Amino acid sequence: MSSTNTTTVGTIGAPSRRNTELAMLLFAVLIPVFAYVNVGLAKDGSVPAGVLGYALGLGLLAGVAHLVVRKWAPYADPLMLPIATLLNGLGLVFIWRLDQEPAITTKQLGGAMAPGQLMWSTLGVGLFLAVLVFLKDHRVLQRYTYISMVVALALLIAPVFFPARFGARIWITIPGIGGLQPGEFAKIIIAIFFAGYLMVKRDALALASRRFMGMYLPRGRDLGPILVIWALSLMILVFETDLGTSLLFFGLFVVMLYVATERTSWIVFGLLLSGGGAVAVATFESHVQVRVHNWLNPLELASNGGVTETAQSMYSFGSGGIMGSGLGQGYSRLIGGIAPKSDYILATVGEETGLAGLMGVLLLYGLLIERGIRTALAARDPFGKLLAIGLSGAFALQVFVVAGGVTGLIPLTGMTMPFLAQGGSSVIANWALVAILLRISDTARRPAPAPAPSTDAEMTQVVRP
Amino acid sequence: MNKPLRRVAIFCGLLVLALLIRVNWVQFVQGDQLKNDPHNRRVAIERYSKPRGNIIVDGKAVTGSTITDSGDFKYKRTYKNGKMWAPVTGYASQAFDSNQLEKLNDGILSGTDDKLFFSRTVDMFTGGKQAGGNVVTTLDAKAQKAAFEGLGNKKGAVAAINPETGAILALASTPSYDPSTFAGNSNKDAEAFNALQKKNDPDDPMLNRALRQTYPPGSTFKVVTASAALENGLYNDVDADTRSPLPYTLPDTSGIELKNEGNIPCENASLRKALRYSCNTVFGKISADLGNKKMKAEAEKFGFNNSKIDTPVRAAESIFPTDNRPQNAMAGIGQASNRATPLQMAMIASAVANGGKLMKPYMVEQLEAPNLNVVQQHTPQVMSHPLAPENAQKVQSIMETVVKEGTGTMAQIPGVIVGGKTGTAQHGENNKDNPYAWFISYAKTSKGTPVAVAVVIEGSDTLRNDIAGGKLAAPIAKSVMEAVIESNK
Repeated sequence: MSSTNTTTVGTIGAPSRRNTELAMLLFAVLIPVFAYVNVGLAKDGSVPAGVLGYALGLGLLAGVAHLVVRKWAPYADPLMLPIATLLNGLGLVFIWRLDQEPAITTKQLGGAMAPGQLMWSTLGVGLFLAVLVFLKDHRVLQRYTYISMVVALALLIAPVFFPARFGARIWITIPGIGGLQPGEFAKIIIAIFFAGYLMVKRDALALASRRFMGMYLPRGRDLGPILVIWALSLMILVFETDLGTSLLFFGLFVVMLYVATERTSWIVFGLLLSGGGAVAVATFESHVQVRVHNWLNPLELASNGGVTETAQSMYSFGSGGIMGSGLGQGYSRLIGGIAPKSDYILATVGEETGLAGLMGVLLLYGLLIERGIRTALAARDPFGKLLAIGLSGAFALQVFVVAGGVTGLIPLTGMTMPFLAQGGSSVIANWALVAILLRISDTARRPAPAPAPSTDAEMTQVVRP
Repeated sequence: MNKPLRRVAIFCGLLVLALLIRVNWVQFVQGDQLKNDPHNRRVAIERYSKPRGNIIVDGKAVTGSTITDSGDFKYKRTYKNGKMWAPVTGYASQAFDSNQLEKLNDGILSGTDDKLFFSRTVDMFTGGKQAGGNVVTTLDAKAQKAAFEGLGNKKGAVAAINPETGAILALASTPSYDPSTFAGNSNKDAEAFNALQKKNDPDDPMLNRALRQTYPPGSTFKVVTASAALENGLYNDVDADTRSPLPYTLPDTSGIELKNEGNIPCENASLRKALRYSCNTVFGKISADLGNKKMKAEAEKFGFNNSKIDTPVRAAESIFPTDNRPQNAMAGIGQASNRATPLQMAMIASAVANGGKLMKPYMVEQLEAPNLNVVQQHTPQVMSHPLAPENAQKVQSIMETVVKEGTGTMAQIPGVIVGGKTGTAQHGENNKDNPYAWFISYAKTSKGTPVAVAVVIEGSDTLRNDIAGGKLAAPIAKSVMEAVIESNK
């Protein structure tokens, strides 16, 4: 019996919610396993042979992740891990399901992709665990503000030196291993840089400004950083022909700047600059023009009379209708190539699980994003707040840009749906992203350490017989 | 920093909301439209995912379906004796769409028609495999075979009708094509299809001559002219003198004579004699005496100038022209701008044989659900009354004379009364091309009038002076009529 127990009113800590997480993880594992069985039954009329391995593998990953969270981040948000697991598990099922289509699983197209994706997912969860175990406090990252900047710039610029793949220069090709999309990692690292930089500069940016027509105009020298980022994002667009990444970085910066300074004027500047930049680039970049044209005329036939990828994905969504064709019974393979497994994975979701399933998946993303922002709200330190909003904002923009592009809401860009789509870089980076958010939320919800026992109190303690 | 954070939270919520609205728009509002878009390959995949229903003749399917191992389409159409039946069935190809019965009854054959709603619903609950229904035709396999084999290597067409109902019994066209050769979607199918196109094959084998090609009907049209004369009271007795001069000069011309074929007794000939010898002068004069308006009215009662003769495959429009007096006189003997399809000419023979009552021609008797329940049954319809019954008797009598002792003796069938009319229509400028040989006829037995038939043969290798409807076309008509009588026994 310890001495502190004598106080009758103690600090009641927030409940850890780890059991809630465990219960939801159970669903997050079971749903993809059922989906996996469903595909097998629909395609061959039998339960697929790999189901046990798949269930055990996914269960093991989720279980280990849960135990590590329980041990090293006990107060972390209970929703994020189950949502990420569910999305990752469903993504594996959809990729495996598309592997069952011989037409898009030829040797030239890289063969079956589910085993590789399972390996990348495992690596992703490994990185997730490493972050939770070794990053005891997210504020440590603050020390690496400027190193992050250099690394992020290097990652962003690197693809220029590698050949373009699928029309966009966003890949680093490593012989023997394959392609790497550095943009996915740069997303996290640049959020760290922005958070550190803005935490230091936010007062200068917010306060040193002139009022003009009801808006606070920033000083010329404070405009510097935003102009640099703007130029950088335009350069990504021009040299890497990557609309998505450039939009993501610029949007991320504007959101974080707004949160740091609480000045609406930055949003106005941001929108003006991004709008102007996009229009300017679109006038001379044929790649962007083609994307915009396809967006405005989704069903138009290609010049050779064939049906375009854009049209095929629209047909996929339309044919799915409200309830969908059922897993394994759609024809999203008509999109052709490896696109149905990567950029257009949502088309398969939409066709086979219908509007109902697709809305469910989008709501899962929405939930994950809002839990991230909730973490930012709860965080106690400005760096944590900025980092959490940066990561959630980047995630939100990516989901919007990809899902909006595939469904024809905005022009298509070459990015992948986090967790769902085939792609090693994406799944690894997003697991790391979730890990950092969990770390911040753990710090935020952790009960304040009990005050150190005062020596005076010791002395006046009543000694019981 | 929490105020901007809350705003960002709302902004992110709006982004997700925008996505949700967009997917509702694409999958719910536009869903059906995208689903049924002709460029959406799922439409074709679905169509070929199950065996297509069959087109039935005499209780036997003339079509089939076979499983293919290539590509998206599981089942491919096959045809039994495709060349013979192509003018009836049309084609259904994975790569080249479909036509004729295959197209018009696609809903039934592919099992998507609303008429099959009940059987589909039952299938849904019982877990039965969805299938296509059948199209039961009126055709007579023996008659079709006689027609197709009679045409042989010659270019031409045959149409045979049951005068009492309008049911089409034979519909042959040569040269023909086998729709099996391009039912799939491989390169081989594409080659076969291209080779059949008119630009690659001047004989145009994919043209359905029986329904879709018009020819000058020549002397066979004189049956209509004789009917017009009786109906309008120009003559009442088919054996009375028609007071027709020989030579006869076309009206409103400076002495252009309308000539007969050879030296035949046409001066003042009766209608019976004029039809028996096929006198151009007599019938040209009748047409001129009646005038364009009355001639046209009678022709239209027989089905001319009607662009909507749907069997259900639509027949080309046969034309009796509005024209000046000399041209009208020529049209009265089936020349000038007068054009008719073989089906039209069979309809003329059938109206005469059916006591002046023209039945609407049709070739689909029933539509069947996959479980063989009848979902639609054709009932014979009267199309028009081109002849009063007593006048029909008179025209029959003179047509029978043609076969008994005139130009149509080749069509005689022992023990059966056959009425007919031959025709040899001029063709080409100044008659330089091979003429068209025509024969129209009907047969009467003790049980009624089971068949009327029209045969046309275009450009044949036979020597020009040999081409006379009686020699080339009449034997084919005869064997078709015999086949029908045989199968009615």
